[in-house]
Amino acid sequence: MSEEKLLEAAALKTRELTVSMGPQHPATHGVLRLVLDLDGETVVKCTPYVGYLHRGVEKLAEERTYLSALPLSDRLDYISSMSNNVGYVVAVERLFGIEAPERAKFIRTIVSEMTRISSHIIWVATHALDIGAMTVFLYSFRERETLLDLFEMLCGARLTVSYPRIGGVRNDVSQEFIDKLYEFVLDFPRRVDEYETLIDQNRIWLKRTKGIGILTAEEAVNWGMSGPMVRGSGVPYDVRKFAPYDAYDKVEFEVPVGKAGDVYDRYRCRMLELRQSALIIKQCLEKLPQGPVMAPDAPKFTLPPKERVLKDMESLIHHFVLITKGPAAVPKGEIYSAVEVPKGELGFYIVSDGSGKPYRMRLRAPSFIHASIMPKLCEGGLIADVIANIGTIDIVLGECDR
Amino acid sequence: MEPLQIAERLKDKFPEHVSSVKEFRGQVSVTVNKDMIIPICSYLHDDPEMAFDYLQDLCGADYPKRKGARLEVVYHLYSIKHRHMIRLKAPVSEVDCSIESVMPIWVGANWHERECYDLFGIAFRGHPDLRRILMPEDWEGHPLRKDYPVTGPAPENEWRGMKEVMETAKRNKEFEWER
Repeated sequence: MSEEKLLEAAALKTRELTVSMGPQHPATHGVLRLVLDLDGETVVKCTPYVGYLHRGVEKLAEERTYLSALPLSDRLDYISSMSNNVGYVVAVERLFGIEAPERAKFIRTIVSEMTRISSHIIWVATHALDIGAMTVFLYSFRERETLLDLFEMLCGARLTVSYPRIGGVRNDVSQEFIDKLYEFVLDFPRRVDEYETLIDQNRIWLKRTKGIGILTAEEAVNWGMSGPMVRGSGVPYDVRKFAPYDAYDKVEFEVPVGKAGDVYDRYRCRMLELRQSALIIKQCLEKLPQGPVMAPDAPKFTLPPKERVLKDMESLIHHFVLITKGPAAVPKGEIYSAVEVPKGELGFYIVSDGSGKPYRMRLRAPSFIHASIMPKLCEGGLIADVIANIGTIDIVLGECDR
Repeated sequence: MEPLQIAERLKDKFPEHVSSVKEFRGQVSVTVNKDMIIPICSYLHDDPEMAFDYLQDLCGADYPKRKGARLEVVYHLYSIKHRHMIRLKAPVSEVDCSIESVMPIWVGANWHERECYDLFGIAFRGHPDLRRILMPEDWEGHPLRKDYPVTGPAPENEWRGMKEVMETAKRNKEFEWER
């Protein structure tokens, strides 16, 4: 809002109003509470309150072995649980100094990108719904259903998957899965076009998103933004390119960046990322190497195959020790390892004291950091744009509150 | 720049305030004096060869068995320009449980520091809005400290909000509809 209009509003002597938006509000995507001081329709002050979903994941992880702390990461960002799992296992593998076999790395890249697609289409669906474009929601949930069915085919679960394992993945992919997924990614760019025809040229959509919630490149970096939040402002920071993990250094893809750093550019970034993700999956499926899916040379850290446990005494002992006490001979040290989840950079800082349980596990949750920028985006704008801003930061409160 | 080179530079620049440099799996931790955290961070942020413009993470850690300072504030710094990272650690004793806030350098430290204050009880001097963030405002104790039980407070020290909820639930159970 321009200064003139603000002065005009001041001359009318409107009374300031404090509104508590949330924690139960359909447009806050979970239990985010914003206390808004309003001067007419203008937001003077915005104070976010988080913590309603705090479960103490970091504290709980200290009481669990490295293997049994894995399902905790599912429940962070529950719509992209596969990426969180991958982030956790990559961090632990780096700490242990073990390497997953090539095939497992490719499979993990595939499932991470599938999660990115499913998370981004949920984002575009709900974001458009908040702003007033309902139809996209119906179309994008059709594709999400296909992806969730594929997850179910892969590991039996649709949301809380816990599919990757320290040193690989739980089971190999079937040929049926590969065929269906290949069919899906060939068709997917056309589906993205479909979403775009619905909103890209829509005048209401453009009015509601262009020039709203602007972040300059310096601001975005200084605030610690990551993912599409920083790329929308023109900074090509992507962990997949800057510090590649799994098979990201073996596939070719582009990192889309925006210019203006507003809600619209972040929307464009995510839409372009959808196409890139489909491209990555396609390449991975074509290049998928043969071989084992669990690291065979690290029996102290990875569970032995079930057939061996039932026949072989040594494997049985390994299995028993791993489940009850956690991995033996964990090196002492600390590691910070980051992966690019759909929301941004998910970092794990793990301190090991040599026992089978992490001494300290810290989660750098992108949603938490993105939620902290709400006052910056909202103050001085209209109350209607608060909704657009909540949508654009793309937060999941399960991850924000941990 | 290689992480060890960065650590060497820091040692040359602040010889009395860097107490140890450790390397593990290619990542380098530099333990620094907590009173010098602002000059050290400003140097890392402003020097064109360092250019640590991105605060990846800021968190606390608790080492009750350690001699000397028990708590620690850990900074993960990254340079998007040069693509290098470094980890700074500033030990904080339980007696003088405070450290200077790095918000003047990286605004993004805001909620990280509030969280650290909430869960570890480390006060950040100069922070504009140091309140609890994840736990309720009237919560007692700092949950991520190692001596805090994982099951939460004992029944007699239960949080007020929880007591209220339990009492309401009890009353609702006892309520009988009139026929």
